[in-house]
Amino acid sequence: MSFYRMHIIIPMDEEAVEHGAIEVKRELSELIEKNNLKDEVKVIETGPVGVVGKGVVMIIYPERLYYYNVKPSDVKEIFEEHIVKGRIVKRIEHDYGEKRAGKIVDYKTVGLTREQKRVVLDRCSIINTLDMEEVIAKGGYSAIEKIISEKIKPEEIIEEVKNSGLRGRGGAGFPTGLKWDFTRRTPGDEKYLICNADEGEPGTYKDRLILEGDPHKLIEAMIIGGYAVGAEKGYIYIRGEYQLSIERTQKAIDDARKFNLLGKNILESGINFDIEIKKGAGAYVCGEETALIESLEGKRGQPRKKPPYPVNKGLWEKPTAVNNVETLANIPAIIINGANWFKNLGAVNSSGTKVFTILGHVEYPGLVEVEMGTPLKDIINIYGGGVKKGKKFKAALIGGAAGVFLSEKLLNVSMDYESLKENKAVLGSGAILVMDEDTSIPEILFSILKFFAHESCGQCSPCRIGTRHLVDLIYKIKNGEGTEKDLDMMLKIVETMKETSFCPLGQSVIMPVKSALTNFKEDFIKILNKKNNEEVLNA
Amino acid sequence: MKLEDLKKIREKYEKEMTLRDGKFKIKIIVGMGTSGIAAGARDTLKALLDEIAKRGLKDVLVTQTGERGLSSNEPVITVEEEGKPSIVYGDVSAEVARKIIAEHIVNGNPVSDYILEVKK
Ligand SMILES: Cc1cc2nc3c(=O)[nH]c(=O)nc-3n(C[C@H](O)[C@H](O)[C@H](O)COP(=O)(O)O)c2cc1C
Repeated sequence: MSFYRMHIIIPMDEEAVEHGAIEVKRELSELIEKNNLKDEVKVIETGPVGVVGKGVVMIIYPERLYYYNVKPSDVKEIFEEHIVKGRIVKRIEHDYGEKRAGKIVDYKTVGLTREQKRVVLDRCSIINTLDMEEVIAKGGYSAIEKIISEKIKPEEIIEEVKNSGLRGRGGAGFPTGLKWDFTRRTPGDEKYLICNADEGEPGTYKDRLILEGDPHKLIEAMIIGGYAVGAEKGYIYIRGEYQLSIERTQKAIDDARKFNLLGKNILESGINFDIEIKKGAGAYVCGEETALIESLEGKRGQPRKKPPYPVNKGLWEKPTAVNNVETLANIPAIIINGANWFKNLGAVNSSGTKVFTILGHVEYPGLVEVEMGTPLKDIINIYGGGVKKGKKFKAALIGGAAGVFLSEKLLNVSMDYESLKENKAVLGSGAILVMDEDTSIPEILFSILKFFAHESCGQCSPCRIGTRHLVDLIYKIKNGEGTEKDLDMMLKIVETMKETSFCPLGQSVIMPVKSALTNFKEDFIKILNKKNNEEVLNA
Repeated sequence: MKLEDLKKIREKYEKEMTLRDGKFKIKIIVGMGTSGIAAGARDTLKALLDEIAKRGLKDVLVTQTGERGLSSNEPVITVEEEGKPSIVYGDVSAEVARKIIAEHIVNGNPVSDYILEVKK
């Protein structure tokens, strides 16, 4: 085996490919081959790095230097200067934090390349997921190894997960250990574990990063979950548009089978578990666990009545645990490092880390994994680089479409389940949409309500009719034709929907509507009767 | 595949991954400016890499830097170690490079004949 002095990472996702990542990789590999550097420099393709809008990214180790917007025509210069001579090509946008003997020298104080607390994403954009040796060398399947060699029982795993305080990252924040315990305790010879990879929340793509960047972590977690709840079959329900995620995850499943990590008698331990991918058709409501189960059964994706809950009657009426991708991705680390280690990360009643998607008017949109309880302003200002072009902050929509509009007053809020709840907000999918001073809140609310009207499944009338009414009202208001009465009507509708809708989709429309109308009331009042007044003035 | 096979794969490939997580104790920097390359720095670099691979050393990292302005003593390499002064070596041929690995890196005895500078 050779000793490489340099590893060059080219993260691949659709954005990178569109900007020529494949050509960059080919060009680079050819130069390395031609100059006989194959034994000292290794080129590795990984999943996405979580930085958006920077085209092709190239990361050079050991310096941990990031080049951005690399074009195929830049490759020759990078090769000759950096790879051969060790000189940074300053002309190309770059950024770096050097890790020397454990010490970190950060050259930039903001941005997504800053040190994060990565538990879930620890291998993303570090390993080539298509190469089992890299996966295993970087700790892949070591939690399974521990369970088998230490003969850890399913009940002990559940205890550990309970003690860790892990809560669901799919939105509701339900304790994962408890969900597994219910599934295990429900009598039945056939049980299922479903990974919810529908990721329908607009603007969020944290689960995609895991599916593309480290699908083996998910597979390992599902084996553990299956073993814990007593399921031999797992499904990953991925939204159909996630083409690359589906390919990567399928390849990972195939590789795991080849290595006897999936299938019958895993690593000759007596554990049986296998996984199948199911593609969703992109309906938001199919992310709701019971609608997802309906869809998996081949029916129209509409939510079921709860109870019974899936842990008692899920897929094919069998006990089923449904877990989000990010939730599951925490499991291997909990098994390896223990519940206490995990509990020490994060905040009270919110152990661990959280992956946030920062989007909107920030300098560095992308993904960041930090400890639960990190103040909102740090996420926006340090990792996101602050509001774009030095403009003033106006609002942040936290948690996706069914999230809450926060004003400047709440910039100090800790991002964890409990602190957000105290402020009538939710963590949701972990999306943080930042809006600058020029943003019109009524316009944003209009697009959110259009989204809900489009995604309402139509099963129950409060949601079907309510969302339609809301769109009409906000349309009128944003065009300056609204009245005080219209605002009251909107609140009345969302209150009614909260009380009477069949599923959480309709029940949660109140979140964005009420928070926008309360926290940004002036923005709405300002434009009421605007058209009328103007007409009067002009008359 | 059995449990033991999994362990074997992990042990075999673990070392290579240290490059990406910054967990190394010794860093060897080779001067790769134009005059360094002219004086044979590429051979020096190759010899270092080869020797490290042969000995299966962990926690060692080889990297390069541009011109250092010591052209009369090229190739020049610097050995940096946690908690110790850095040592700059000059006139490091491939042969000397192997010697530095054997004596300095493995046994902890710097090769005094080739030391240009000790940086506190
Ligand atoms: C309208 C709607 C959409 C949802 N979409 C998702 C989704 O895309 N991904 C997800 O993991 N959970 C989604 N959920 C939450 C799931 O119903 C469920 O709570 C979650 O998958 C449980 O996993 P967890 O405990 O790991 O969070 C959605 C819920 C609702 C009401």
